Amino acid sequence: MTTQEALFQYTLRIADTNLILAQRISEWTGHGPFLEEDLALTNIALDITGVAKSLLEYAASIENKGRSADELAYFRNDRQFYNAQITELPNGDYARTIVRQAIVDCFDYYFYTELAKSKDETLMGIAQKSIKEVTYHLRHTSSWVERFGDGTEESHNRAQQALNELWQYTGELFEMTEVDEILIKEGIAVDLNKVKEKWENHMSELLEKSTLAKPENVFMQTGSRKGIHTEHLAFILAEMQALPRMYPDAKW
Amino acid sequence: MEDNKFEEVFEGKLAKNEMVEPKDWMPDNYRKHLIRQISQHAHSEIVGMLPEGNWITRAPSLRAKVVLLAKVQDEGGHGLYLYTAAETLGISRDELLNNLHTGKAKYSSIFNYPTLTWADIGAVGWLVDGAAIMNQVMLQRTSYGPYARAMVRICKEESFHQRQGFEIMTHLSFGTADQKAMAQDALNRWWFPTMMMFGPPDSESPNSENAIKWRIKRETNDQLRQKFVNQTVPQVEYLGLTVPDANLKWNEAKKGYDYSEPNWVEFKNVISGNGPCNKQRLLARNKAHNEGAWVREAAQAFARKRKEIYEAA
Repeated sequence: MTTQEALFQYTLRIADTNLILAQRISEWTGHGPFLEEDLALTNIALDITGVAKSLLEYAASIENKGRSADELAYFRNDRQFYNAQITELPNGDYARTIVRQAIVDCFDYYFYTELAKSKDETLMGIAQKSIKEVTYHLRHTSSWVERFGDGTEESHNRAQQALNELWQYTGELFEMTEVDEILIKEGIAVDLNKVKEKWENHMSELLEKSTLAKPENVFMQTGSRKGIHTEHLAFILAEMQALPRMYPDAKW
Repeated sequence: MEDNKFEEVFEGKLAKNEMVEPKDWMPDNYRKHLIRQISQHAHSEIVGMLPEGNWITRAPSLRAKVVLLAKVQDEGGHGLYLYTAAETLGISRDELLNNLHTGKAKYSSIFNYPTLTWADIGAVGWLVDGAAIMNQVMLQRTSYGPYARAMVRICKEESFHQRQGFEIMTHLSFGTADQKAMAQDALNRWWFPTMMMFGPPDSESPNSENAIKWRIKRETNDQLRQKFVNQTVPQVEYLGLTVPDANLKWNEAKKGYDYSEPNWVEFKNVISGNGPCNKQRLLARNKAHNEGAWVREAAQAFARKRKEIYEAA
């Protein structure tokens, strides 16, 4: 694998994780538990769609085969998507949506902090811009994890159940492959072991503050680094890609 | 005696084009009219998020997705300012929402029509937001301060939305034959419902007289409708589309277009709950609210606990 191929796949991985999560949480738009929260979640969806767009534009330029960012988004099949599986899972109730968002926001916060030191200037720039946004996202979603954990018995149970169900998808976030190895040598990619430690500490502290139990000895699911997904992704893409695929010659 | 004096001050403000503010005395029917109008407007923004939100996950390009998300978020923001403006008149958001959820309060009937294709997202921005601006522009100078100020910001954002809607229509109309057909189909379905947004003909509009006196309205329904047609027809021509009205014709004498009246029987049907989406819009709002109950309760319980800890310390 060449550095260029590795960089293409690495960029797609980050882009897809943002795009698919945005796709999921934007399902809440207009249906949130109350207006302020509807706006907040829509805003997160908007921010991370923006990040996905920048990254896909960069991926298109790395690949340099005449494919545009839109073509990467709308004309790849599920086996060519590299988003973490946790992002494609159905939203479930609001506790599950928020717990997942906090898990990913926390990952993103430490990940972008490291990526902002990358020798790749485009990734560095996107990471620097994203840290500002993710800081707000994490503050917002963490505050809701706390409210749910230490709110009512019902909210506590819902949040705990969400954690128990979602935890098996957190291992994937930190998996490193040949892609990472090649790019770490070049000073481009992030050593995810470092991110993992910070993420674990942060999550432990948040869950303790929220009176929630951190799931232990969980078997971790895997696959997305190879483009293997849950059953949900193909449905997301069927919906997202329908129009461009129905009218492949059209420009929108 | 007292009331008469207050009323004089109030009438004086209207006469001098000054703003009425929340703490000022105002007649009961003025307050009621405003609560009805502002909350209807707020509800329209919130219900309006549904037909447009319907296409967020299917927006056909990354840019279109970003623009649509931002737009729907703006509509929610408008709802928020307007609920807040209504609250200054002494009614709670809970009560306002309850009126919406039980069907007691109205919202703009236009949102009871479905968004069936991507072109509908263009048509809604271009036509529906365009019509809304025409109704709302005069409200920036309406007599009630909090409403007027909210409208200044809302109108700015709405004219941005209208341009975005027109941009979608432009891409479609100058795109492939399929895209152009999609644009024409959307225009065919949205033209008359949009014309209905200005309300019944002046001869049958019960709320207009006071509304004009209170500067809650400045032009009549028919005047606004005519203005909308005059403004929109050249845009339709630019797009190379056809207005679905065989009677549409320039009338040199009135310097405006003659046009067919919308189907007022359909209008009454949609208003009274029989539009294509009335039931599902209300159902969606109720479902979101009911399923959000435990979230709101958790937030309140958490805040209480934190307050107790704070007070004990």
